[in-house]
Amino acid sequence: MVKSIILQSEQGIIHKLKNLDWAFIALIVTVACIGFTALYSAAGGNFEPWAENQMQRFSVIFFGMLIIALIDVRWWFKFAWWLYGIGFILLVYVEIMGHIGMGAQRWINLGFMKLQPSELMKVALVLTLARYFHAATSEDIKRLSFLIVPALLIGAPVGLVMLQPDLGTALMTSFAGAAMVFVAGAPLWIFIGAAAAVAGAIPIGWHFMHDYQRQRVLTFLNPESDPLGSGYHITQSKIALGSGGLKGKGFLDGSQSHLDFLPEKQTDFIFTLWAEEWGLAGGVALLLLFGLIIWYGLWIALRARHNFGRYLAFGLTFNFSIYVFVNIAMVMGLIPVVGAPLPLVSYGGTAMLAAMIGFGLILSCNLYRDSKVTRI
Amino acid sequence: MKRSSDNEKFTRRAFFVGAAQGTFLVVLGGRLAWLQIAQGSRYKTLSDENRINTKILPPTRGQIVDRFGVPLAVNNQNFRVLIIPEQAENLEKSLRALQKYIDVEESSIQTVLKQAKKSPKYVPLEIKDDLSWEEVAKVEVNLPDLPGLSTNVGEIRGYPLGEATAHLIGYVGAVNKNELTSDPLLSVPGFKIGKSAIEKTHDLAMRGKAGSSDVEVNVVGREVRELKRIDPVPGERVMLTIDGELQRFAQKRLSEQQSASAVVMNVHSGEVYALASYPAFDPNVFSRGISAALWEELLANPGFPLTNKAIAGQYPPGSTFKMITALAGLKAGKITTNRTVFCPGHYILGKGRFHCWKKGGHGYVNLSDALAKSCDVFFYQMANEMGIDAISEMASQFGLGKNFGFDLSEERPGLVPTRDWKKARFNETWQPGETIVNAIGQGYFLTTPLQLAVMTARLVNGGYEVKPQITGYVGDKSPAPQKWPKMKVPDAHLKLMMQGMNKVVNHERGTAYGSRVKDPPEFAYAGKTGTAQVRRITMQQRASGVKNEDLAWRERHHALFVGYAPLDKPVYACAVVVEHGVGGALTAAPIARDLLVEVQKRNPAGTPVAVQSAPAPAAQIKAKEPI
Repeated sequence: MVKSIILQSEQGIIHKLKNLDWAFIALIVTVACIGFTALYSAAGGNFEPWAENQMQRFSVIFFGMLIIALIDVRWWFKFAWWLYGIGFILLVYVEIMGHIGMGAQRWINLGFMKLQPSELMKVALVLTLARYFHAATSEDIKRLSFLIVPALLIGAPVGLVMLQPDLGTALMTSFAGAAMVFVAGAPLWIFIGAAAAVAGAIPIGWHFMHDYQRQRVLTFLNPESDPLGSGYHITQSKIALGSGGLKGKGFLDGSQSHLDFLPEKQTDFIFTLWAEEWGLAGGVALLLLFGLIIWYGLWIALRARHNFGRYLAFGLTFNFSIYVFVNIAMVMGLIPVVGAPLPLVSYGGTAMLAAMIGFGLILSCNLYRDSKVTRI
Repeated sequence: MKRSSDNEKFTRRAFFVGAAQGTFLVVLGGRLAWLQIAQGSRYKTLSDENRINTKILPPTRGQIVDRFGVPLAVNNQNFRVLIIPEQAENLEKSLRALQKYIDVEESSIQTVLKQAKKSPKYVPLEIKDDLSWEEVAKVEVNLPDLPGLSTNVGEIRGYPLGEATAHLIGYVGAVNKNELTSDPLLSVPGFKIGKSAIEKTHDLAMRGKAGSSDVEVNVVGREVRELKRIDPVPGERVMLTIDGELQRFAQKRLSEQQSASAVVMNVHSGEVYALASYPAFDPNVFSRGISAALWEELLANPGFPLTNKAIAGQYPPGSTFKMITALAGLKAGKITTNRTVFCPGHYILGKGRFHCWKKGGHGYVNLSDALAKSCDVFFYQMANEMGIDAISEMASQFGLGKNFGFDLSEERPGLVPTRDWKKARFNETWQPGETIVNAIGQGYFLTTPLQLAVMTARLVNGGYEVKPQITGYVGDKSPAPQKWPKMKVPDAHLKLMMQGMNKVVNHERGTAYGSRVKDPPEFAYAGKTGTAQVRRITMQQRASGVKNEDLAWRERHHALFVGYAPLDKPVYACAVVVEHGVGGALTAAPIARDLLVEVQKRNPAGTPVAVQSAPAPAAQIKAKEPI
């Protein structure tokens, strides 16, 4: 079926492969390789147990990304609602299973990896919103009633994720949605008003927060007050980063990470490990690579000739950038610990899958930027 | 047209978002730079504190050896069997398996199980220490059956001569709270310091200096590798003036009595060759940790095994004091070589009647007879004529009544009574009758065996104020050689004392004639017997003629003897006190004889203490050979 989707377009597959944006792909692979290096170091100079796994996973997902990139963007346009529906059902499923099982279960065990539906849902949400705004005129968007559908599209998954409860993902998802509404041209006063509403809602939100969430916020405000308790992660992460200095402690010599002072070094705190061993030079280099990917994504969005491609590329890029910023800001102690991985670098399947699907779609937008997207 | 305006809006807003993202990127980079550059050194320190754990490496304690280099206190290997819980699949199963091979008390197993719950799983726990070789072998061979178990070797202080040097060397024990100083070694678990005698006196020198090992640890404290190591500096060796073999001989000889002590020393240098006190305890038990039951037993023993009676036992000197009274009399001019006193068996002063030890009396006695026969009446007469002050002054000159500032801090001062002392102590004036009693070493006078030995040394060394020495070398440092000041006692007077003491032993009328050395004659010695009343003899007892031997042990007299040898050029002085030994001639003199013969045979004075004289095996064998 995939083959037919690709072949039905007017150009040959080789030609299309040639026309893929290989510079963008090179950036992605570079960052992924940094991730492998860091994971190799996290295991004390071993491919087991993380680096090898991650490389295999990346290889498979990389091919998946190319296939997604080659699929005509109009197909994604066509199936956007379906994908949203599937994502939503999966979210509901984990919510129900979570209640039956114990505690906050946020994934579906596929055997070879644990799938977090909330990650896929974010991609589906961007697809759906892009499709919704594709046909909208500037007059439409100025109407408040026109924004009811996007609000529901965003609100439904966010509400479910909140129930899990995963405040971090909920916030990031709604932020990504809001960004799309923003670039689609919604009146500015909506955002100003929303910001004011959020500010007003903070005391109410505080009231409804779980104890561990409150603790995270309090710890964020003053991590050193409780260095052995909740502030431990952040304090140790800052020590690891700070002790790296300009040039770092050297590959495989990050004492904080290797002596297990750094928690979750292979997942959420992988940036810390990287910057401890490679110093400010390595840290800034990785930041710049992320910056290049983000700007490249935005450039692709600007280059697209159809609204769907614009919104899709923008939304996915923005989604990616939120992850990068939230994770790095978190390990540096700029925002509370929310438990977000660093896309492409952190060990883990779902986050990589979501990021790579996103890149596949962005590449697809680029490849089919001149297509005429209408309702099929 | 409308499309393009939509486009422009999108572009504008996308640029705005892109700019915001760029700004955020700069913020993150700035934050990273702030953490890594501005705060870098602070976090570097924190990181090192995180990962580096400094361990103290205790040094080896210095040995204590005798003058020939024969070890008196050593560090023995202490084999222990340990278990590391994380390496044992099943902690209790491993412990039970161990019980199949060696004896392990149930209580130790329970202790280990309890400890295992509290401490991290990688910390080794001691199951049993002080294993025999055989036990170590059994455990080692069966290690495959004993998951998690291992043996290791530590150090434990050992005393090869055991009880013989218990009081002299002392023992080591765990540090208690009051003993903590800034020395980090003292906080090391299991570290032991000297608790008494030489172990305590030279503790700092023998302790050595702690080393340290900086180990990298991970977050749960498990050691990953050693980063830096400073080896500990072992403690210094202490060489004593003691002759270990003579010490052992003395202890063995004393053990024939219920409670006794003795000192053998050099009359010129003051070097102590033997300093023994019986009963004693086994210091090896102390360094392992003593049981409450044994401790109670030691405390209850009437022979005070925990007290070094040779330096801390204070006894009335009895007749061994008569040389002092005689010298005081000579100095005061009351005694001349020609003067005789008639002894009817008692002396009357006012209403008081003072008995001589011999019921019938000694008849006419001169100074040399009075010493030889230990006639009390002669000295009563002299004392009454010169008064207590002259006697007390002479006693003080000869080292009685105060501490020498000896290397063994357990020494006691004894007592030399004076008029002022009595006034201060009892608020009473001195009575002439008291002078009479004190003149023969009864009454208030108290002396230690060490003081009596020093007194004897000063009598026979030409009148030098010798003081006892026991430390030969600490490391390679020796106390500066002492030049003893000469006392203001005429040589002629001292010569008279030696003549008198010679007669005590070697004249057929002498009180210790029965204990003289018959063979070989060159080991002959001289001395003075003494018998100190423990309780006043009642008139009734005196009348009924109760023999002292028949009284309960506790009520019998103390037996004393002071002596020297050889006769013509004295080198060795000796003092023996047998508690409740009935009479000096009966029990103390034979011991003194054996000690003086033995010391002359071994002749430790012929081998100067020298730090170079490392324990050359030949020298040791030679020293042990009877001459």
